[in-house]
Amino acid sequence: MSDHQSTYQPKTGIEKWLDSRLPIVRLAYDSFIDYPTPKNLNYWWTFGAILSLCLGIQIITGVVLAMHYIASTDHAFNSIERIMRDVNHGWLIRYIHSNGASMFFFAVYIHMFRGLYYGSYKAPREVLWLLGCVIYFLMIATAFMGYVLPWGQMSYYGAVVITNLIGAIPVVGPSILIWLQGGFSVDQPTLNRFFSLHYLLPFVIAGVTVLHIWALHVTGQNNPTGVEIKSKEDTVPFTPFATIKDAMGIILFLIMFAVFVFFAPEVLGHADNYVPANPLQTPAHIVPEWYMLPFYAILRAIPDKLLGVIAMFAAIAVIFALPWLDTSKVRSMRYRPVMRWFYVLFAITCVALGWCGGQLPTDLVISFGADKAGTPIGLTVTTLSQFLTAYYFAFFLIIMPWIGLKEEPLPLPASISEAVLAAHSKKKG
Amino acid sequence: MSSFLTNSLKLLSGAIVAVALVTSAPALAAGGHGRKPVDPGFSFEGPFGTFDQGALQRGYKVYREVCSACHSMKLVSFRNLGQKGGPFYDPKYKNPNDNPVVKQIASEFETAEIDPDSGDEVMRKSTPSDRFPSPFKNDEAAKASNGGAIPPDLSVINKARNGHAPYIYSILIGYEPKPVGLEIPDTQHYNAYVAGSLATQWKGDPHHVPAGGVLAMPPPLTDGRVTFDDGTPSTLKQQAKDVTTFLEWAGDPHMVARKQTGFAVILFLILLGGVVYLAYRQTWKGHH
Repeated sequence: MSDHQSTYQPKTGIEKWLDSRLPIVRLAYDSFIDYPTPKNLNYWWTFGAILSLCLGIQIITGVVLAMHYIASTDHAFNSIERIMRDVNHGWLIRYIHSNGASMFFFAVYIHMFRGLYYGSYKAPREVLWLLGCVIYFLMIATAFMGYVLPWGQMSYYGAVVITNLIGAIPVVGPSILIWLQGGFSVDQPTLNRFFSLHYLLPFVIAGVTVLHIWALHVTGQNNPTGVEIKSKEDTVPFTPFATIKDAMGIILFLIMFAVFVFFAPEVLGHADNYVPANPLQTPAHIVPEWYMLPFYAILRAIPDKLLGVIAMFAAIAVIFALPWLDTSKVRSMRYRPVMRWFYVLFAITCVALGWCGGQLPTDLVISFGADKAGTPIGLTVTTLSQFLTAYYFAFFLIIMPWIGLKEEPLPLPASISEAVLAAHSKKKG
Repeated sequence: MSSFLTNSLKLLSGAIVAVALVTSAPALAAGGHGRKPVDPGFSFEGPFGTFDQGALQRGYKVYREVCSACHSMKLVSFRNLGQKGGPFYDPKYKNPNDNPVVKQIASEFETAEIDPDSGDEVMRKSTPSDRFPSPFKNDEAAKASNGGAIPPDLSVINKARNGHAPYIYSILIGYEPKPVGLEIPDTQHYNAYVAGSLATQWKGDPHHVPAGGVLAMPPPLTDGRVTFDDGTPSTLKQQAKDVTTFLEWAGDPHMVARKQTGFAVILFLILLGGVVYLAYRQTWKGHH
């Protein structure tokens, strides 16, 4: 909290000496020990700590992988296989890194949907939300470039498809495309720069994460009621209360992580990426990793290439604008009886878009039989994607502003402690 | 507006989930065009699965006597055969380069090297540290000898095909006489399990295009093609199952170590989780 006074008392001589020169211990104490935390935070709030851990895991395993990886179109694929076969525990490091990307996105999506449900983007937390969006955008860029590095078929054609999107921009597109790829096609210069940026961006993410946490500590955490902290009664100190809860969340998350790394390390990947990149042989079915499938579905839902690219980027951009699209005076959807259900539909829409992104556009979702020529007719994946895309944008651009003005919210608790006590007496009956 | 809108939204959400559950299964099944791969029950399946060493040894023999005539396996070295979990692992030889079986196998092959005195390429006996030699000097030679199609490298083939080990096994046992109405050249071979589409080569009823696709590879395995040293009857299915096991090992040689580490890690996390849970209960007692 901005009005929270530091309670750090340097005890030893060296602590006093350091505190008057660089109060770094005081900063850590005020941020992670004595920091007042709303007492009603639920397990959805542990994903902040889980995400910090994910970033740490990706950076550490990534630095080790970079010691063995060779960013060359001739050697990249084999150097990864060397890591998997001959480097001590290389298989472990590489599987943690490749599955870690999926775990990172899984956690960030829960974190974002949590923020959306409890209104954590609303004033005064707009900058906090924007910084989170920047982190998410950087994560997408980093993950995309990382996926190119093994130089398998899906790496190569993923890079071809995504970089060529830029070529859809009128007039300057083709020139930017050549500049981006470092040549007239995806090749050695592309791989080299992707490796360079894939190594750089995680540290940028780490920097923005510091700003994100800083902004969080200025405004204080939101909580499931969406009611601001009113008194000391509403809070508990971060340590041990939030730390032990975060530790519990982290352990449960790590168990899931371990199940993937040790028992299903390939299920989230594509078989095609174990075929070395071959520019002369396009795979039958080019699909991105699962965490980008919703955006891929939006891209393919629009028949025009340029408009599709615009829609895809708009789908991310609209998340940035969220704080100014929601007109509701109430933060938490606990007290928003109508909006809550639009939120559920939105969550279903995102999952359904992800499913559509993994199918062939002409596949039928529901078959209505066949026409006279015998061709099956029905609802195609493309048509379904178009409906879902329409709802995706309508949710932000129409429903958010409109429902916020019309909806009658449920009565809010006077304070966090009142809500906690009410929940208690309800439980006891 | 609230109650009516809320109720309709509730119904709508429920209906969407129900429709999704009902329709998703057939839509997913429509994705592949080959017959559903057969799983003969491999020793390495499931969280407790390990490699059956007998199957690995028989599989290596099939690979060596049949597959390696056309397919390379560039990422595997002879020493790998003797490393922990490998076909010829012997606990007496911690360093697989010392394993006499591995040494013997390596010495039966030749590896090219540059003679330092003349600069000419000369052949020498392979050692355990050498990679498996490839049947063709380069991709062009492989193409020229195989009707224009390069036989894929087998190092990670089970990982590189959708359907994984059961798919590879099914391809090996899946050659059938081509259905009447399928017009393909003699250099191509019908296989019911291949993920492909025969729509353009099919001259019969367009609504009943047969499942499967074509391969340039003629049926590689037949009953009795390989003689197994351990007396196992050498049926087509046995050969296919064993060589698929060998290919799984070649692509994922640390699988057993991976699963064992996994049990230790998850057990540790569960125990740690128990302790942390007790600490959590203690900490929050009376603060809720």
